[in-house]
Amino acid sequence: MQTTASINRSLRATRRRESISGYLFMAPALVFFLGFVVFPMFMCLFNSAFRYTLSEFTFVGLDNYVRLFQDVKFGKSLVNTLMIVLVSVPFTCLFSLWVASAIYQMRQLYTSFFRCVFYLPVVTGSVAVTVVWKWMFNPYYGLLNYVFTALGLISKNLNWLGSADTALGCIITILLTTSVGQPIVLYVAALSNVDHSLVEAAQVDGATSLQTFWRIKWPQVMPTTLYILIITTINSFQCFALIDLLTSGGPQDSTLTIMYYIYHNAVKLNNFGYGCAMGIILAAIIALFSAAQFRLAKSGS
Amino acid sequence: MDHSVHKITVYRIVSIALLIVLALLMLFPLYWIITGSVKGAKEINARVPSFFPVSPTTANYAKLFSKPAWTWLLNTVFICGMTMLLACLCGAMGGYALAKKQFAGRGLIFTMFVCAMALPKQVIMIPLLKEMAWLNLHNTLWAVIFPTVGWPFGVFLMKQFSENIPNEMLEAARIDGAGEARTFIDIVFPMIKPGVGALAIFTFITAWNDYFLQLIMLNAQRKLTISLGIAKMQGEASTDFGLIMAGATLASVPIIAVFLAFQKYFTRGITMGAVKG
Amino acid sequence: MKKLIALFLCLMLVLPVAAALADDMTTEITLWTFPVGGFGDDEQVQTLIADFNAVYPNIKVNVEYLDYTNGDVQVTTAMEAKTTPDIIFEGPERLVAVYAAANALVPLDDLWTDEAMADISAGVAAACKDAAGVYYEYPLCSTAHCMVIDKAAFEKADALQYIDMEKHTWTTEGFEMALRALVEAGYNPTGLIFCSGQGGDQGTRALVNNLYSGKFTSPDFSKYTMDSEENIKALTMLQKWAEEGLIAFDPSINGGEELALFVNGTSKMAFCWNAAIEGLNRDKLADGVELFPMTFPTDKGDPELCGGIWGFGIFDNGDAAKIEAAKTFIRFVCDDPVQVRKSVYMSGYFSVRSSVTGLYAGTEKEYLDTYAPFVQYLGDYYQVAPNWNTQRYEWWNLLQRVGAGGNVADEVALYIQNVNQ
Repeated sequence: MQTTASINRSLRATRRRESISGYLFMAPALVFFLGFVVFPMFMCLFNSAFRYTLSEFTFVGLDNYVRLFQDVKFGKSLVNTLMIVLVSVPFTCLFSLWVASAIYQMRQLYTSFFRCVFYLPVVTGSVAVTVVWKWMFNPYYGLLNYVFTALGLISKNLNWLGSADTALGCIITILLTTSVGQPIVLYVAALSNVDHSLVEAAQVDGATSLQTFWRIKWPQVMPTTLYILIITTINSFQCFALIDLLTSGGPQDSTLTIMYYIYHNAVKLNNFGYGCAMGIILAAIIALFSAAQFRLAKSGS
Repeated sequence: MDHSVHKITVYRIVSIALLIVLALLMLFPLYWIITGSVKGAKEINARVPSFFPVSPTTANYAKLFSKPAWTWLLNTVFICGMTMLLACLCGAMGGYALAKKQFAGRGLIFTMFVCAMALPKQVIMIPLLKEMAWLNLHNTLWAVIFPTVGWPFGVFLMKQFSENIPNEMLEAARIDGAGEARTFIDIVFPMIKPGVGALAIFTFITAWNDYFLQLIMLNAQRKLTISLGIAKMQGEASTDFGLIMAGATLASVPIIAVFLAFQKYFTRGITMGAVKG
Repeated sequence: MKKLIALFLCLMLVLPVAAALADDMTTEITLWTFPVGGFGDDEQVQTLIADFNAVYPNIKVNVEYLDYTNGDVQVTTAMEAKTTPDIIFEGPERLVAVYAAANALVPLDDLWTDEAMADISAGVAAACKDAAGVYYEYPLCSTAHCMVIDKAAFEKADALQYIDMEKHTWTTEGFEMALRALVEAGYNPTGLIFCSGQGGDQGTRALVNNLYSGKFTSPDFSKYTMDSEENIKALTMLQKWAEEGLIAFDPSINGGEELALFVNGTSKMAFCWNAAIEGLNRDKLADGVELFPMTFPTDKGDPELCGGIWGFGIFDNGDAAKIEAAKTFIRFVCDDPVQVRKSVYMSGYFSVRSSVTGLYAGTEKEYLDTYAPFVQYLGDYYQVAPNWNTQRYEWWNLLQRVGAGGNVADEVALYIQNVNQ
């Protein structure tokens, strides 16, 4: 009897000690997370119920949300954002898988070289990359018009960033150059880890290289693919510098993303409450995206 | 058999040729930044671009360093370094707690971390601005550092690493009478060190590539980062591409040098992050 | 580890306190300037501050420089974060229409003494106060925004015949002929209607309004009137010219880029121009470009130019000592009889005070004299109309849509719907 009680007591003490130390270890991360992510998120929700500008702060209930669904520009920005994600994510994955499978069996030096080259735009920094592209896209003395004219691809100078038909394409192109680096590194590692005996067995059975790839290698790199899907999606949601420095969302809102529209409403038009409502909707959309991807990841593994 | 070998070789040649072309295209912007930074105004604005600088000049750099460019670079390094340090500290401790400690609310905290991971910072920019004002941190480098540290990726990553620590080791340490801090420093940390390295590289690159937070949080000339400095130069003299390229060179060459020197660690860090994450 | 954190936290707490203790003797104020002539140049501003400190050694002035691309972002975030400067140097379209409208500025009625009132024109004074009659800006200098052409290119294209060289005017018809002549002579682009956004909008507004003598707002500045017959006709005409390749809409460049393209010889005219811009760009001119400032082409021959007024406003940071110090600074820069001449000279514009004349000499006088007659064409200062920030953004979008071939009447209707709320 007495021993059971004391065991119970010491168990409880241990548990309490566990709990306290758990919270203590958690504390630094929690302070920053609660302070600079969760708290602002709640404030965002709160603000979204107000007509909140530089001079006004009045409760309007759900008005901001109603306005949001009538806002043509918001719809457009939503479409543009999805466009960027839907084009750049699959393309990044396929392209980097192709590059990785082309280089992973090369000699160490060559593999490193290519991996390095494709990773360079990531370390160059988003602003440095953006400004040089801005110069190359310049309609009057930019390099692209010169080269394309010389090659006979275009007959007169194009205004790449100034035309609603090409601007979003330009943004996506630059985004791609800065986002393939990491996936290539990952795929090279994943492909090198593929069980070689399986590949050899398949080849003995007379499988073509394409068949070997899809049947043997592809399933084995699946976890990597899922991870790449997730980071590339996050990345393409966050291509802010590109848009701010190249087009500011124009021309005719053709490169306006939700993220940029929030920023625009906040700092240029000073519609803070409206911007917060937009942020809440965006957060909801992204939560759905994340949930879908997690489900996909679970069913995949 | 002969036929298939032949096909493979053709594919191989084509793909290698394509790879080389693509590699050159990837390198080109960097080449254009560096050569652009030594071109004079006439060459920059020429309709027929010169692929090699005809008359190299240091004028752009003279103009760049008449601005506090070194301060900007230093600020950037400070932001990246500090973010890295704090994120690693929080990540290592928090990840360990989530993986190995039992406490109420653990599940909730973890769910919140997962949910917040993909959240763009624009969503919370307005309250964040206000908050920094309350804390008297707006227009200080901390206003850029803290929200980046708050991003839960680090904890998430480190949790995966900590889960590999055998419980027996922790148990043994406890029986030996080691306190929590001792256990963490002597047992846990050495085991998750590779993970911390991966996280350090990750955060550094993220902080280096950030632009948005800097843009809304910093406004004094001496508080700017190199990225903001370039963006501001573009705002002031948008067609002076020589000057802007000089700024871009200063912003990119140091980190590229670091990258090339520690390439192995970068590659390992990135890969490790993915395998665990 | 814990010790480290504790130390770190302590340091963070102590540092600001230590900083605060260090400066109790002097008042420290901060000035933010938009790049108005020499006010964007650190060397000249530091000279100004040194002059000020020679008289008032106890007021320390810190300066930050804004630009027209990121300036609005910086000021707005600062207003939200309550980290605004004490003094800001800009025009009524921001000071009165935006900052004062948000109750962020201190009334400056006490700066407007009887002496100042008598010396400053009523038009300028009207622009510096809000609808309730409270002054929020104390002006230093002003100018008439105009356009500029490359005289050498016009001469080669035989297009000078369409210009009244004496009065710097031309008709809408003459403008079209001149464009044709330029294109035939092989000049392309001729002029660029920049519409990517940010500053310089006055140039594009004046171009559109003048072509058929349209008005931008109603006489009391309460409503925007781009949907008038004259304005629609003007936009339609510009669109037609663009389709014929006589002129181009360029949504990838802003006003600053447009004038830089003119200065480096790419285009042959610029719509974003004035006396100080000329001053800042004379050294940068490409070989063979000859500046010749012009008014905007009109159908009736009576151009109406947009004015620019620049002056100081004071943000209300709740510190009476700082506000007083800021006022002292403004009085010194704008009212001190010796300093005001230096200050205006620095801006490259003209004084708002009729008593301050003859600032420029030699070649400077020569080129600035050509701008002097433009003052007679100054129109109303309508940039204080409501919703100005939204309007500015919608304006660029309107130009982009018209440039892309949209139906002018529909696009204008959409613009009006978005701005007249």
